[in-house]
Amino acid sequence: MLIGLYNYWVVVALMMTGFYIVIAQGNLIKKIAGLIIFQTSVFIFYISVGKVDGATAPIVGDGFSQYSNPLPHVLILTAIVVGIATTALGLALIVRIREAYGSIEEDEIQKKDDQAC
Amino acid sequence: MTISLETMLQLCIILPPLAVMGLVATRNNPNVREAMTIVTGLFVLYLTVNLYAGISQGDVIRVHWLEIFPGLNLSFAVEPLGMIFALVASFLWPITIIYSIGYMRSHNEKNQTRFYICFAIAIGCVMGIAFAENLFTLFIFYEVLTLSTYPLVTHAGTKEASRGGRIYLGILLSTSIAFFLLAIVGTWFVAGTLDFKEGGVFGPETSLTVAGVLLALFIFGIGKAAIMPFHRWLPAAMVAPTPVSALLHAVAVVKAGVFTVMKVCVYIFGIDLLGALPSTQALLYLAGATVLLSSVVAMRQDNLKARLAYSTVSQLGYVTIGALLATTLGVVGGSMHIAMHAFGKITLFFCAGAILVATHKSLISQMRGLGRQMPITMAAFFVASLSIIGVPPTGGTWSKWYLLMGALDTQQWIIMAILMISSLLNIAYLLPIPIQAFFPGNEQTPQDAQMNEAPLPSLIALSITAVICVVLFVYPQPLYDLANAVAAVPGTDHGN
Amino acid sequence: MLAHLPILQVVLPLLAAPSCLIMRRPKLVWLFTLIVSSIAFLISVALLQQVMESGPISYELGGWEQPWGIEYRIDELSAFLLLIVSAVSTVVLLAAHTSIQAEIAEDSQMMFYVLYLLSLTGMLGIISTGDVFNVFVFLEISSLSAYALIAMGDGRRALWASYQYLIMGTIGATFILIAIGLMYQMTGTLNMEDLSRRLPDVAHTRTMYAAYVFFVVGVCLKMALFPLHLWLPNAYSYAPSIVTAFFAATSTKVALYLLIRFTFSVFDFSFSFSTLPLQPVFLVLGFLGIFVASTAAIYQKNLKHLFAYSSVAQIGYMIVGYSIATSAGLMATLLHLFNHSLMKSALFLALAAVMYRLSSVQLSCLQGMGRQMPLTMAAIVVGGASLIGVPLTIGFVSKWFLVMAAIENGLWPVAVLVLLGSLLAIVYVWRVVEVAYFMEPMPGKDPVKEAPWSILVPVWLLVAANVYFGVDTRLSVQIAQAAADSLFGVSP
Repeated sequence: MLIGLYNYWVVVALMMTGFYIVIAQGNLIKKIAGLIIFQTSVFIFYISVGKVDGATAPIVGDGFSQYSNPLPHVLILTAIVVGIATTALGLALIVRIREAYGSIEEDEIQKKDDQAC
Repeated sequence: MTISLETMLQLCIILPPLAVMGLVATRNNPNVREAMTIVTGLFVLYLTVNLYAGISQGDVIRVHWLEIFPGLNLSFAVEPLGMIFALVASFLWPITIIYSIGYMRSHNEKNQTRFYICFAIAIGCVMGIAFAENLFTLFIFYEVLTLSTYPLVTHAGTKEASRGGRIYLGILLSTSIAFFLLAIVGTWFVAGTLDFKEGGVFGPETSLTVAGVLLALFIFGIGKAAIMPFHRWLPAAMVAPTPVSALLHAVAVVKAGVFTVMKVCVYIFGIDLLGALPSTQALLYLAGATVLLSSVVAMRQDNLKARLAYSTVSQLGYVTIGALLATTLGVVGGSMHIAMHAFGKITLFFCAGAILVATHKSLISQMRGLGRQMPITMAAFFVASLSIIGVPPTGGTWSKWYLLMGALDTQQWIIMAILMISSLLNIAYLLPIPIQAFFPGNEQTPQDAQMNEAPLPSLIALSITAVICVVLFVYPQPLYDLANAVAAVPGTDHGN
Repeated sequence: MLAHLPILQVVLPLLAAPSCLIMRRPKLVWLFTLIVSSIAFLISVALLQQVMESGPISYELGGWEQPWGIEYRIDELSAFLLLIVSAVSTVVLLAAHTSIQAEIAEDSQMMFYVLYLLSLTGMLGIISTGDVFNVFVFLEISSLSAYALIAMGDGRRALWASYQYLIMGTIGATFILIAIGLMYQMTGTLNMEDLSRRLPDVAHTRTMYAAYVFFVVGVCLKMALFPLHLWLPNAYSYAPSIVTAFFAATSTKVALYLLIRFTFSVFDFSFSFSTLPLQPVFLVLGFLGIFVASTAAIYQKNLKHLFAYSSVAQIGYMIVGYSIATSAGLMATLLHLFNHSLMKSALFLALAAVMYRLSSVQLSCLQGMGRQMPLTMAAIVVGGASLIGVPLTIGFVSKWFLVMAAIENGLWPVAVLVLLGSLLAIVYVWRVVEVAYFMEPMPGKDPVKEAPWSILVPVWLLVAANVYFGVDTRLSVQIAQAAADSLFGVSP
């Protein structure tokens, strides 16, 4: 049973990895990378849920009676687009932060902000 | 001209704040500015007297402004207790203005326009409190009164003044929101209404415990009544210029407090319910303790205004006692004391201010032998002291008499004892001041002392109030009738 | 045409956003945005009227029947929120042109309006849609444009604040996405109404618990409920003033809407409150939020920070009302949601006026401003009074209903704590008053003029609303009551 649901194990492992990176890493780019891993784990979760055992791709054809659920794929396509937009925006922000602060390390930025007070 | 009584009632409340615009417009011309406040004050007095005539004839005067949501109204009505308060306040306002003219000018105070503006707003609020038909309306004006008097307290603009102002605002606002508002909400929840009703709003099914808790919340929440331990704001407010201390912190603000206490006791709880509540007795002792303790503290004050402030705290306790005795005589005594103490204490403050202006002395120990320099002021001080103590031939006699009768009526022996002892303490901390002023003894007799009285407007003002202290002894009937009307309504079966 | 109003509401700003790019001149773009927002407002008024008269409206996107197609569903609650968001957006936009010119470089002003419209689209979309995945999409539309808008603020701190918000916001949104996925996995549907029919069958599975918890945490992040509020103060403080005014009034409210919507319309009400210990958790968090954030507000030197912390505290009040878990409590929450939008938009817009003249919102800069900018300062005082809950302002009305709701349920301590919370509000509002009115202007500083009319008029419109709805409560109370009742009617 534990092995049978291996897709969840993969999802949870990826999710926690990503989440940990976001929280623990001080480098802004690494944070974004962590965020991507975190999001991707959710995408995988959706897609694996749509898979029906013994079914085929949802293309109507002779000899097939069972199809996998196509809806999660569609949803995740949207979510991927959102994810890309987030990543792009995050990276753009990092570029400007680097220009303004001269650093992309969280603690250094924080220090500069505190000094300016 | 014929104005309906309803319009008069509204004018009483609106006119003082309206005068603010005029004050702002004439800010560069002090004479016009002050003339305008006086005229407004006199007009408000005229209106109030008319209202008095109206209710003496039995007219019902009621005005409804707004309905926030069903049952929660902004509305006004005239009843006897409010009438006493309104009459006292509107009568003393013009007199205080006259006094202020002398005081503020000879003291070269800054921001005089702001002073008069805040004063006018405060009086408008007092009128609103006096005529409020329900707790909600009263609460609004109560809060605005606190806010509008803050600039007056901090008028000097010094560090000390703003510290005093913070204590003032902090205590008054926090008690009013944490306790008073909670009590109002609780009343609304239990009784379903906030209107002041003869005989109280709580039905017979109300749990005594709940009502008892509400009463305690009211008594503590009405911080302006200065029941210990929430009395600290009053001495703190003494950093204000003397006219402010005189009108607001001897009459308007503190009387708004005890007035509210009285109003809540008589018209929200009703005397009958009040007598049955478990917390009444405890609160009564608390008020008694306030009376005694603050008298003792007053004796130890060398600053005249501080001594008067603690004396006020003590005298406010009398009114609260009167309300909490839950008997007709107590209510009569308490209501009359609102007026009697007002005239006595304002005179004392006027005198304190006059001494400060004329001789720059604020400590009692410096006032020996002052009687020769300021005979009129000191004579007025003497008369007013008698009234506070409650000795004939001054008005204070009557209110104390009825309070004592009330205590006797309910067989509150401890309270009776407290009242007696406190009168002795009053003698001890007030009378030595004028006596030493006139008979300084041998050690220092500045025979060559010139007459050095306060400015004439101030002198006139304090003479008027001192005379009234005596007049009220001879002629207390109208006041008694009003006070009796307050008390007679809820329970005529209560004895006399 | 009239039948298509629910979708027009969302599509209009969505299409308008790229159209801005055609118009090059900032003033023209501003006018266009203003018109679009006004139309959205008018539509929301029409929708509200329709809903109040004839009940919820269901609109099938593209004619596909639900649960297969995407449904837009406007009931009392959504109509109420649509009205709030579009009204605040319109009034705030009135002041936008003047304020933006002072705060944002000429060449990126056009982008500002594009992002603003997208953000508006997102919020309106979240409120109108009846499809949970749609919620996620709109949530991201509004959030992504919000990150960009905040980054437009002056100075590098805006960038850093925006980045932090981006990380937190994305985590929150992804949590919500997980919750939606789990729900879909268990029921096979994304339509809210359909979900509410099917969820009870699987309500007691661990998957549903997980879904619910993921959802609540995600939405609390977006809502800035204590202790997940850390992104908010900086984001509000360093964003352009107009953005702050708009977001402070709307974005956290939309997240709260989601929480209410999911609790009542998607999950079963009893599931939320009986199966899971939501009430004590939210009560505690709500009050912690009120007291910690209000105390933090007292010590702020930057006015935007001060009022941002106060926003966190006010969210606490709304959560407290929500966790009382009665119709009366929910109504108090909705009322406060409405009222708080008005207060905070008025306050932050007034700060925009301060920013315009003083280029700073440090408390110390306000010295003596009571005389130099009397109208702006008076607006701040009225807004502050409303925050405290002074009678005759809207703050009083919502506090009154909140306290009443608490007492009706015998929660006396809650009533006391709510009132004590107001005391803290007095302290932080009073600090502003004291500085503005009772301190002399700093020596050597040139006196400034009153703010321009283009900002003052919208500010005072909002201030007037603060007083008007505090005196005439019929409209707001009636709608909030109807919304609360209908939510409780659906799942008693």
